[in-house]
Amino acid sequence: MKAAKGTVFKYGDNVDTDVIIPARYLNSTTGEELAKHCMEDIDKDFTKNVKAGDIIVAEKNFGCGSSREHAPLSIKCAGVSCVIAKSFARIFYRNSINIGLPIIECEEAADAIKNGDVVSVDFDSGIITDETTGEKFRGQAFPEFMQKIIDSEGLINYINSSEGK
Amino acid sequence: MSGMTMSQKILAAHAGLEKVTAGQLIEANLDLVLGNDITSPVAINEMSKFTKDGVFDKDKIALVPDHFTPNKDIKSAENCKCVREFARRNEITNYFEVGQMGIEHALLPEQGLTVPGDLIIGADSHTCTYGALGAFSTGIGSTDMAAGMATGKGWFKVPGAIKFNIVGKPSKWVSGKDVILHIIGMIGVDGALYKSMEFVGEGIKNLTMDDRFTIANMAIEAGGKNGIFPVDDIAIEYLKEHAPGKKYTIYEADADAEYDEEYTIDLSTLKSTVAFPHLPENTHTFDDIADTKIDQVVIGSCTNGRIDDLRTAAEIINGRKVASGIRCIIIPATQKIYLQAMEEGLIKSFVEAGAIVSTPTCGPCLGGYMGVLASKERCVSTTNRNFVGRMGAIDSEIYLASPAVAAASAITGKISQPADIGL
Repeated sequence: MKAAKGTVFKYGDNVDTDVIIPARYLNSTTGEELAKHCMEDIDKDFTKNVKAGDIIVAEKNFGCGSSREHAPLSIKCAGVSCVIAKSFARIFYRNSINIGLPIIECEEAADAIKNGDVVSVDFDSGIITDETTGEKFRGQAFPEFMQKIIDSEGLINYINSSEGK
Repeated sequence: MSGMTMSQKILAAHAGLEKVTAGQLIEANLDLVLGNDITSPVAINEMSKFTKDGVFDKDKIALVPDHFTPNKDIKSAENCKCVREFARRNEITNYFEVGQMGIEHALLPEQGLTVPGDLIIGADSHTCTYGALGAFSTGIGSTDMAAGMATGKGWFKVPGAIKFNIVGKPSKWVSGKDVILHIIGMIGVDGALYKSMEFVGEGIKNLTMDDRFTIANMAIEAGGKNGIFPVDDIAIEYLKEHAPGKKYTIYEADADAEYDEEYTIDLSTLKSTVAFPHLPENTHTFDDIADTKIDQVVIGSCTNGRIDDLRTAAEIINGRKVASGIRCIIIPATQKIYLQAMEEGLIKSFVEAGAIVSTPTCGPCLGGYMGVLASKERCVSTTNRNFVGRMGAIDSEIYLASPAVAAASAITGKISQPADIGL
């Protein structure tokens, strides 16, 4: 699996799906359209500043609230390469794996990494490196079953493959 | 080896296993797959990527356009059209058009589509509502919905559980909403993350089915994977009325089932509870609520748009007037509830008081339409989330409360409980 490297956008606890993608935009279903409004209600400059490959770091319960897959989709299509958090809300966690948005749980990394740091993530080893400070952290590895879904680049491909039958 | 919880037993049965334990990954057969007008179009698009066409069982899929319906704008109308055409193409039995539809989590139990022992997934986070009837039901996203519709199977990580031992009897104006807000205030919005919330104990006999639907509905607001109640005489009565002749299986937790945590909730000590902005865990009782002027009241949603909720609201509103300058929006959750409220004279009370009554829709709960808030406006709402911007402007405020508190607040124009108007 590939690695990620980018500049960090840092947020706090309980970033909910209503601020990730407000419901007023849920009449759109395309990632490109949703990405234009990603994080708008928590950080109105996010879409102006985010570049392909950038990384979101947050504290606990990231993605709580609605089951809208539009939330991880908007993050992925905004160019974000990985979300690191202390913990994820469970539907958001599932949705991210199912659509192929890399996410990783790591309490120490979420505590230490600061807004604007450059961070790299090696998905095979789960090693998160804060390139700005040189600190390294070990994120929680995925169970083998989820790793297979991720390797298939999403649930649908996994089911289509002989592996999923 | 320890026993299984109610939730674990349902999962084991659907996975064809004798025994499952917390943390185990399983594949299980689904009894119902649900989607709405926001999540289904994304799922329908994903369906087209499958190498195999069609749905696993046209009778085991429910499609309920309820969020932005009746269509609030052209894009919403196109999304509903996509769902309607998919339903027609695949001859989906349980597609509910405007006129038959209601808010999904009130509608499906009313239609007898959710029964004890079922394994249900829905592309809506409040799918956990059906645990009130002893089903294992949980919210998932659109891709899981697509996979469920195509294969009839889903993957699950078997959850651990928190046991809530319910005792005592609630006082007059305390309802299921106060119970669940109290619990979320106690354990926090991630207090049950990835876990089942199992509500048991002698006190549940003092909770109506509508109370239980409200409690199970908001399990997700504590991060829970599902909320579930045992099936007792009250549930069986409900099933006789709404799912006559339908077969179901009742699962009880083993005596030696393992729980990660246990709490006792004494209903007799609970008070009317309000969750302040911007998290459902920011709960207060009227012992520490200062004068707070409001602009709007919403009584409705999958949490509190059922007949009990409307009866409670009407008991308070009947013969009184909505305070000057307050918009009071009341939304019966289904057509059947709407009709019942009409027959019981509840709607007359609401309209005479100066409230408006809408056709079933999720509308204002998620800031869709039918009651969107302007900057700095405050709303007392019986809905389930008070996140930043949930009902409109990012600097508007939502106070989550029971129908009794919402109705009393509509009369006074500030956050109030029935006692404040002499009830």
